[in-house]
Amino acid sequence: MDRPIRVLVGKPGLDGHDRGAKVIARALRDAGMEVIYTGLRQTPEQIVEAAIQEDVDCIAMSILSGAHNHLFPRVMELLKEEKIDDILVIGGGVVPDDDIQPLKDAGIAEIFTPGTPTTTFINYIKENIIR
Amino acid sequence: MDLAKKLLKGDKRTLARLITLIENDDPHAIEVLKAIYNHTGKAHVIGITGPPGAGKSTLTDKLAKELNKRGKKIAIIAVDPTSPFTGGAILGDRVRMADLTNNPDVFIRSMGSRGTLGGLAKNTLGVIKAFDAYGMDYIFVETVGVGQSEVDIVKAVDTTILVMVPGLGDDIQAIKAGIMEIGDIFVVNKADLEGAHRTMMELETMLDFRQDEGWKPPVLEAIGRDNIGIGQICDNIEKHMDFLVKSDKLGYARRENVKKEIIEIAKGSMEVHIFNNNNKDNQLEILAERVANKEQDPYTASDEILKSFINRGIKND
Repeated sequence: MDRPIRVLVGKPGLDGHDRGAKVIARALRDAGMEVIYTGLRQTPEQIVEAAIQEDVDCIAMSILSGAHNHLFPRVMELLKEEKIDDILVIGGGVVPDDDIQPLKDAGIAEIFTPGTPTTTFINYIKENIIR
Repeated sequence: MDLAKKLLKGDKRTLARLITLIENDDPHAIEVLKAIYNHTGKAHVIGITGPPGAGKSTLTDKLAKELNKRGKKIAIIAVDPTSPFTGGAILGDRVRMADLTNNPDVFIRSMGSRGTLGGLAKNTLGVIKAFDAYGMDYIFVETVGVGQSEVDIVKAVDTTILVMVPGLGDDIQAIKAGIMEIGDIFVVNKADLEGAHRTMMELETMLDFRQDEGWKPPVLEAIGRDNIGIGQICDNIEKHMDFLVKSDKLGYARRENVKKEIIEIAKGSMEVHIFNNNNKDNQLEILAERVANKEQDPYTASDEILKSFINRGIKND
C-alpha cells in the first residue's frame, strides 16, 4: 500500500488519563501512520463522526475508567447505524479478562491490555485494516 | 462519475472519501475534480497562519462557531507536519475543536503536510475544491505552525489571517520580509498576556508603511480561549470579502492564483512524464554515470533528457 494508514486515537468517557493514548499515538506516528488525535472526554457520537470526516482505516480507543463495557459497544452500534463496515476498531486500557470476549462479540476486533509492546498493535493494525 | 454526482448532492461520506483520493494522488480524484470544477468558486477561502502555539486551532474553532451562528456552512482543513523520516504524523488540531464535531454544518479534515514545506499540505488546493463544490460557505485552511517564510497560503486563499502572540520579538521582527507581508487581517491572540499592547503597536507601525491599495489590514486583539474578540474578526472577514468584490480584486487575485496552480500542475506532470518514462530505458542512470566520470557535464545531460522527452511526447498509459 502506498498511502499512509490513518488511525483515529481517542478517549471515550470521562477518565482524564491520556498518557497511554499519547504513547500509542506517538508509536503509530513512528510507524509511518497518520494519527488523528481527538483527545480526552469524547462521546461515542464524536468518535464516530470524526472517523467519518477523517476517513480513517482504524479507530483505536483507550479507556481506563471501567466504562468500556458500555462505551466500546456503543461505538460499534453507531458505526452499524451509519452502515460503516470498513473501519477496524480496537480498544485498550484496563479491561478485565472476562470482559474481553463479550467486547469482541460486540464487534471490537481486539483488546490490548497494559504491558502490550507497541510493535504488537502496530503489526495488528497493519495486518488487519480492511481497505 | 458517480462520486462527482454524489458529492454535488451533498453526500458527506463521498466528500470524506474523495478527500482521501485527492490526498493520495489517486487518478480517480483528478477525474472527479475535472467534473466538479464548474461548481467551485462560491466559497470564501480563509487562511489561518502563524507560529506554533499562537492559538490558530482555538481561534479557528471560535470563528467557525460564530460564522455558523450567522447561518453559514463551514469546512476546516487543519494541517499538521508530516515526519520527514517515517511519513507519519500526529494530526492534533481536532483536540481544540471537539464540540464542532457533531455540528451538521461543519466538516473538519486533518491533513499531514506530506513533504510540502510552505505551510500547506500537498494537494490542499484539490481539497478546497471538493469542499467548495460540496457547498460550504467558508473554507478555513489552518497551516502548520510557521516561522518566517512559509507563505504558500496566499496562493490558496482569498483572505489571510496572521495570528500573532505577544513576546515573540521586537519591532525588527515585525519589519522582516516573509509572513509579515501576507496578512490581510492581523490578530494578536492571548491579548491578556504581558506585552500585547506593544505587539499591537509594532504591527500598526509596520502596517503604516505598507502600500496597500484600498485595504489597510486591521490589527485586532483576541483571547481565543475566552471567546473574546471573535465577532470583530468575523466582521473583518466579511468586510475583506466585500472589499475584494467591490474593488474587483477578487477576480484578479484568483486569476493570478490559478496561473500559479496551472504552472504547479504542469511542473508536476512534466516531472512524472520526463523521469518515470526515463527510468524505463535507464537513460538517467547512463547519463549519471557519464557525468560522474567527467565524460559529460550535467547541463548537457539534462538537455539530452529534455530532448528525448520532447521526441517521445506525452503518453498516458
